[in-house]
Parts: sequence; structure tokens; C-alpha cells
Amino acid sequence: MGLSLLDGLFIFMLAGFIGFEVIRRVTPLLHTPLMSLTNALDAIAVVGAIILVGERKSSLATILGSIAVVAATSNIVGGFLITDRMLRMFHTSRPAKKS
Amino acid sequence: MTNISFETVIEVTYLVASALFILSLKWMSSPTTARRGIFAGEIGMLLAICGTLLHRGIVDYRTIAIALALGTIIGIPLGRVAMTAVPQRTALSHAFGALCVTLVGTTEYYINTPGAKSFAMAVLCVEVILGGLTITGSLMAAGKLQEILPQRPLTYKGQNLVNFALLGVAVVIAIILVMNPAHKELFPIMVAIAVAFGVLLVIPIGGADMPTVISLLNSYAGLSAAAMGFVVGNKLLIIAGALDGSSGMILSIVMSKAMNRSFTNVLFGAFGQVQPAAAAGQETRTTRSATADEAAAILAAANKVVIVPGYGMAVAQAQHKVRELYDALTKRGVDVKFAIHPVAGRMPGHMNVLLAEADIPYDRLADMEDINGDFPQTDVALVIGANDVTNPAAREDKGSPIYGMPILDVDKARTVMVIKRSMSPGFAGIDNPLYYMDRTLMLFGDAKGFVGNIVRELTGGGH
Repeated sequence: MGLSLLDGLFIFMLAGFIGFEVIRRVTPLLHTPLMSLTNALDAIAVVGAIILVGERKSSLATILGSIAVVAATSNIVGGFLITDRMLRMFHTSRPAKKS
Repeated sequence: MTNISFETVIEVTYLVASALFILSLKWMSSPTTARRGIFAGEIGMLLAICGTLLHRGIVDYRTIAIALALGTIIGIPLGRVAMTAVPQRTALSHAFGALCVTLVGTTEYYINTPGAKSFAMAVLCVEVILGGLTITGSLMAAGKLQEILPQRPLTYKGQNLVNFALLGVAVVIAIILVMNPAHKELFPIMVAIAVAFGVLLVIPIGGADMPTVISLLNSYAGLSAAAMGFVVGNKLLIIAGALDGSSGMILSIVMSKAMNRSFTNVLFGAFGQVQPAAAAGQETRTTRSATADEAAAILAAANKVVIVPGYGMAVAQAQHKVRELYDALTKRGVDVKFAIHPVAGRMPGHMNVLLAEADIPYDRLADMEDINGDFPQTDVALVIGANDVTNPAAREDKGSPIYGMPILDVDKARTVMVIKRSMSPGFAGIDNPLYYMDRTLMLFGDAKGFVGNIVRELTGGGH
């Protein structure tokens, strides 16, 4: 994969700015689910680990890569699950409550 | 289909996934769109993983499948923990994320050493050092939050010097490796130092500082993932890492502002070790206490009540009783709101999640800036398990260690009620003048039990 240093830095810089602008607008009400969601998204690192395992370049790569895939996958699954559970609990008082 | 078009397909899935990740975070701005945000994130993740599986270098699908399945099996219980355990679960997942990044970085080093360019090597060192310290730092934080480890800060003389020296050694090794990547014997030492540094970094940090520390570790986990993106040449990973890194950074800033402290102060200040001196000479001050039926009568007569929850409410698991109190008062026509300090609890937004779990509508939860102007018109401010965030000394007493910290102005309410186990000072060991005011009633007891008694008086009293 050809990714030059400068290309990478451009992407990093832009994504960092977007991150700041988007996340500044997240209501403090949802800071906990925000953290568990970003945690799940961050586990996209699994793609790097998948390639390491799949290419089977050495037994070291297979062993460490597999542990890495397990760790990241558990973050993806666990992170999305708990974020969804949390957000399901947030509701307003407006819809008429069960009597 | 040629190989080239496979590459293009992969890149396109990454492109779409990047857009979906950004949308996902954008939709978190409001509770009404937030669940759509999760959906976007999930689709993006699925696309990216499926795209990656098309990678033409992959020959071993079986091991990948086993690892993915195992990760799923571990992930499901981690997604089902109790809401009170969310802070330690979050810390644990920072550790998992960093573990993945560190392992990949380590493997990349051993596979590609001979040809490593100096920039690639430098980023790899950043990846592994940040990742390594995040693994153990997060595990320590999780241990403290789960109360496997002592919550008190552990300090010793020259602690900061030792920590900085260690980090310095790791950086020196990194520089040597950048200049000559072939020093294979040095690499494990660098990783070991980073891992040890993570432990030492969190040892002196107390429970009350956890919101900042968790946010900071979140940021490190993100930045190390972005560094991994550079190392493996993956744009999507750079983007996701940058988003996570900036999210953690923003939360850290919000948290330290809410405590009027800098990062360095949180990390190296070892709060919570403070003055036993203040206790002298204040023995004569008196407090007024009240029973549950007296408290219930005052609450029932009020028009406007603001409840201030803190970590004590979470520890006592009192949130469901608090919800019953909310229901009982609302039924009597009392306007009840909740005032949430940014650092109440053990992670950003902790109180909001607990109250939402107890089925309290989120439009009743107010941030500090929004509610502070309301306290003078509030009949009763009921403080449950919160201490320092209500301490007027932060506003008035220049000598106080928490002077300058933004607080909830509960002392301006017409009546203040504080549910507390005893008069012992809070976590930071700072005396709270709020408790000695004429308008303050101390309600001594366990938060869950006491609120339960008030509710019984309000509902069962027959009036």
C-alpha cells in the first residue's frame, strides 16, 4: 500500500480537525456513550491485525496477530453493544408515561 | 477480476467506512439521533472488515475466523456489564485497544526491520510506546475502579523523577532504533519500559481524578492507533485513530477545566493526600440534622427541587430509589431537576447514564452552566453522595486546595439537604463549609436507605 508520509500527515491533520469540531458538539449528557463508541470505532485497528494473521509470514505474526484480532474484536462487539444499551435508556418525559 | 480492482474495492470500502465513522460521531450530538450513529458505525466497521478480507495477501482465513469468533465471545459479556461497572469496563477496553496496536507494532518491527525507513521506525516507536503505556495504565485504572487495587494515590519521594527518567530512557532507545533499526535487542527493552511506565503513571492517581485519566488514556489509545495507521499504511486507521484521539483530548480538557487543574497537575500532582491540618479548631462548628420524615415534609412543601447526585449515589446503588423519589415528588406537582457536575462520578457522563438507567427522562438532567442560575429560585437542593463539587470554598476561600474549581452553587438554594454517611471529609480530605450553614440540613445515613425512607414518608404517609 503506497502511503507517503505527507499524505498520511494530511489525512491525520484533517481528521483531527474534523474530530475536534464534531466532538465539541456532542452533548455532555452523552459523554459516556461517546467514549464507548469511539472505543469501538478505534478497534478498526483489527484490519491491520487481520492482514498480519492472514499473510502468515511467521509464527510470531500469527500468534501476536491472533491475540490482537481477539482483543480488537472484543472491543468492537462489546463497544457497540454497550453503547446501544446505554442510548436505549435515554428518553424524554414528553411521550406520555405509562400510568 | 484482476488484483488491482480488488485493491480498489478495499480502498472504496475504507472510504465509505471513514465517512460513516464521522457521521456516527456527528449523530452523537443529540440523544435523538445517537442510535442512528451506532448503526452508521456498525455498518462502517462491517464494510471495512469485509473489504480487508479481500486483501490478496491473505491465505489463512481459518485462523482469522477463529480469532474473530473468540473476540466476539469475549466481547458479548463486556457489552453486558452493569451500568455501575461502565467506568472499569471502559478502562479495560482502552487496554484491549492498546494491546492490539502494540502487538501489531511489535510484529511489524520484527517482520520489516531491515528495510525500515527512519520515519516509519519513528512512528512505530511512538505506536509501541503509547500503546504499551496505555495497556498497563488502563489496567491499573480498571483495577482501581473495580476496587481490586487501592483507590488512594500511592506516592513516594522522587516519584516523578523516576517516572520521567524511565520515559527518557525509552525515548533514547527509540532514537537509537530510528537511527539504526537493526538493534533488535533494544526493542523489547523499550516495550518493557513503556509497559512499566504505564503502571507507575497511574499508581499515584486517586479515584476522584479518574474522569481525566480515563479520557487521557482514551486519547493515547486513539493516537497509538493513528500511529499504527502510518506504520501499516492504512488511511482508515489514521482517521479513526485521529477521531478517537481528539475525542479523548476534548474530554480530558473538559474534565480538567471542571476541576480547574491542568493535565500535568492531574498526572503528577497526586491529589487526595491533603492537609489533616484543617481539622483543628473547627470542632466547635455545629450542624443541623434532620430525619427522613422531616426531610419528606420539606420536600413535599417545595415547588422546585434540584437533586445533585455524586459518586456516593453510584456506590450506594441508590439511583433507582432516587427515581422513586423523583416520581413521588413529580406526582405531587413538585418541579424536580438533576444538576450534573462534569466530574461527578468516575468517568465523563457517568451520572447521566446511571440516572437514565433508572428511567429518569434526560430532559430533567441539567449541566452545571445551565442549572447554576436556578439555585437562588430553588426551594430545596438535595445533595446525594456529592461533596467537593458542591463546596463553596472553591468559590470563596483562596486558601482551599480546590479554590477556582467550578462548582454547583447549591449553597444559594433556600434549603440545602445533604445525605451523607457521617461528617468525615470527602475523598480529597477537604472540609466543606456547606455543611455548617444555617440553611443546611444533614441527613445522616446510607444514600439508598435514606432516600427509600423519604419515599416511604411521601407515598405511604396517607396525606
